[in-house]
Amino acid sequence: MYKVKVYVSLRESILDPQGNAVKNALHSMSYREVQDVRIGKYMELMIEKTDRPLEETVKEMCEKLLANTVIEDYRFEAEEVVVQ
Amino acid sequence: MKFAVIVFPGSNCDVDMYHAIKDELGEEAEYVWHDENDLSGFDGILLPGGFSYGDYLRSGSIAHFSNVMAEVKKAAEQGKPVLGVCNGFQILLEAGLLPGAMKRNEGLKFKCEPASLKVVNAKTLFTSGYTENQVISVPIAHGEGNYFCDELTLKRLNDNSQIVFTYSENPNGSLEDIAGIVNERGNVLGMMPHPERAVDSMLGSSDGIKLFQSIVKNWREAHVTTS
Repeated sequence: MYKVKVYVSLRESILDPQGNAVKNALHSMSYREVQDVRIGKYMELMIEKTDRPLEETVKEMCEKLLANTVIEDYRFEAEEVVVQ
Repeated sequence: MKFAVIVFPGSNCDVDMYHAIKDELGEEAEYVWHDENDLSGFDGILLPGGFSYGDYLRSGSIAHFSNVMAEVKKAAEQGKPVLGVCNGFQILLEAGLLPGAMKRNEGLKFKCEPASLKVVNAKTLFTSGYTENQVISVPIAHGEGNYFCDELTLKRLNDNSQIVFTYSENPNGSLEDIAGIVNERGNVLGMMPHPERAVDSMLGSSDGIKLFQSIVKNWREAHVTTS
C-alpha cells in the first residue's frame, strides 16, 4: 500500500485572493515580514499496489480530477506503508 | 421544443429553470437526473445553477464525471443548444466543453445582486433576440465567477467573437469583464448570471426571457419546414 500526499495550489502567475486576505491579516497582527501567502489543498490518498507504475496513475488522477491545470499546479509524494 | 433540465445532487436552480421554460416560455421541459444516459429525445440541454456535489474539490469538477455528461457532450457535438448557467457554466468549463476556469471572486464575497450585462455578440442562437451592445439586467449569485483563461485562449475568444456577455461593472474580477462565452461552433453557452431568474417583471427584470425565446426561434427556423 502507498500513502500519497497530493498538494494542489494556484499557479504562481495566478492571483490568490484567499492568500492575500490571510497575508493582510498576518500584517495587521504585525507579522510584517510575511512577503506572500499562497493557499492550496492537501489530499491524502491510500493506494493499493498494482502492476501500473504509481507515478503514472497519480499523475493521471491529478490531471483529470484533483487539479485544474488551467489555474492550478500540483505535486505529490508517495511512501510505502504497511497496513495493520 | 423540448428541453432537458439536468439535475445533479446539489442543483438548486433547476426549479427556476423548469419554471422559466414551462410557465414563462410555454415550451416543454423535463427534469433529467444526472445518472441518466440518454438525451436523444431532447432538443436543448440546460445545466442549472447550484452546488453540484457540494462543490467539493472545485466547483463543477465532480459533476463532469456523471453519466449524463457524456450525453451532454454528445448533444453538443450534434449541434444541439446547450446552456450552462452559474454552476452549469462551471461544469461546462470543467468538462472542457468551454475553455478556461473559474476562480473565487476577487473580493472573496458571495455576490447576489442584479447585474448590468452588455450583449457583446447578438449573432448567437442564444442572443439573436437582443441587439448588439444592448444593456440588460440579469441577476448574479455566485462566489466563484472570476473567469480566467490563458492569453492564447483569450485571443481566440476575441477573434472568434466567443465572448457573448460582459459585465458593465465587473463584480468578481473576471478577465475582460467576461460574464458569458460560447464555444467555437456557437451552440454551447456558459454564463454566470441567471437569465432564468429574469423572466418576469415581477422578479425585477424580464430581460432574460429573450435568451430562451432566441433559442426556440432559431431552433424552429432550423427544424420546422413550411410547406
